[in-house]
Amino acid sequence: MGAAEKLAEMTQEQLVQYLLRLGDNTLVLGHRVSEWCGKSPVLEEDIALANTALDLLGQTQLWLGRAADVQGEGKSADDLAFLRDVWDFRNVLLVELPNGDFGQTLMRQLLFDAYHAVLLAELVNSTDATISAIAEKASKEVAYHLERSRDTVIGLGDGTEESHNRMQAALDLLWPYVGEMFHSDAVDAAAVAAGIGPDPASLRPGFDAIVTAALAEATLVKPDSDFAHKGGRTGAMHTEHLGHMLCQMQWLQRAYPGNKW
Amino acid sequence: MSQEWPLWEIFIRGQHGLSHRHVGSLHAPDAEMAIKNARDVYTRRNEGVSIWVVEAKHISATAPGEKGPLFEPSESKVYRHPSFFDIPEEAGHM
Repeated sequence: MGAAEKLAEMTQEQLVQYLLRLGDNTLVLGHRVSEWCGKSPVLEEDIALANTALDLLGQTQLWLGRAADVQGEGKSADDLAFLRDVWDFRNVLLVELPNGDFGQTLMRQLLFDAYHAVLLAELVNSTDATISAIAEKASKEVAYHLERSRDTVIGLGDGTEESHNRMQAALDLLWPYVGEMFHSDAVDAAAVAAGIGPDPASLRPGFDAIVTAALAEATLVKPDSDFAHKGGRTGAMHTEHLGHMLCQMQWLQRAYPGNKW
Repeated sequence: MSQEWPLWEIFIRGQHGLSHRHVGSLHAPDAEMAIKNARDVYTRRNEGVSIWVVEAKHISATAPGEKGPLFEPSESKVYRHPSFFDIPEEAGHM
């Protein structure tokens, strides 16, 4: 089956949804991480988090730019980022959760980075040349994000009693948000049929290998439940936190439409 | 602040063929994190191709007070500069 025939397996609307999921994950997490700017426990971590946030925002520009192109309504990546309402966002719930303490932010980062790394490794093979090229660029950045979040989680988990307890609490809090990243629906099935991207469920073993090893080294215990909060990536339901975050993120474009600097 | 991370001195090679240059210092719990922090603090604008980190306490340095005996004697010894020789044509540029 040629690339053109394969693409017919996925409707334009499904491809837009697929790209929004990718771009909204990086947009929302990028914004969350940027909230640490100037407030991190130490200067070195402050700059490192700002770098990570900027990497994610750079990826967002590419994913949402592609989404806007496929949509063909003359919108830009900025329009999609700053002028959509909360119910139109397609990110997983994990990335919209508040930062909590530094440990909770880094635990969230590890869980997302591990998923992100295995996902991008597959997207590099996408039949869509733009998706493949974006994944190629992003995977180098994410390999570093993962190395950093992994080492920090291990350092804090296997650190003092205080840091260990905080990391275990963060893991217990965030674990129920892991499952959503590996749920498949009709959009994913279409993406698989079109050779656009992988079945999310197929990414789980790769994720588990990374996270299980890191948690063991961090002396942290993985919760025994597979319960998963979901609804973010399908748009069915976000947590109450996303709307508040968007107020902060979008207020300037809402108050001064079209303003540039 | 006895629990503060140790200080590391950071050296970065700007491009192949150049030597590592001291660019500044930062705090980190260990050498591996010092390299990561150096990557994030000092190579954000594509400044380097290689990073060395050295824990500051391992660097021995001259004392500013010894400047006189250490460095001043060489000021008056111009003959140590190889500028009193005629370089043969065949040797070319040195």
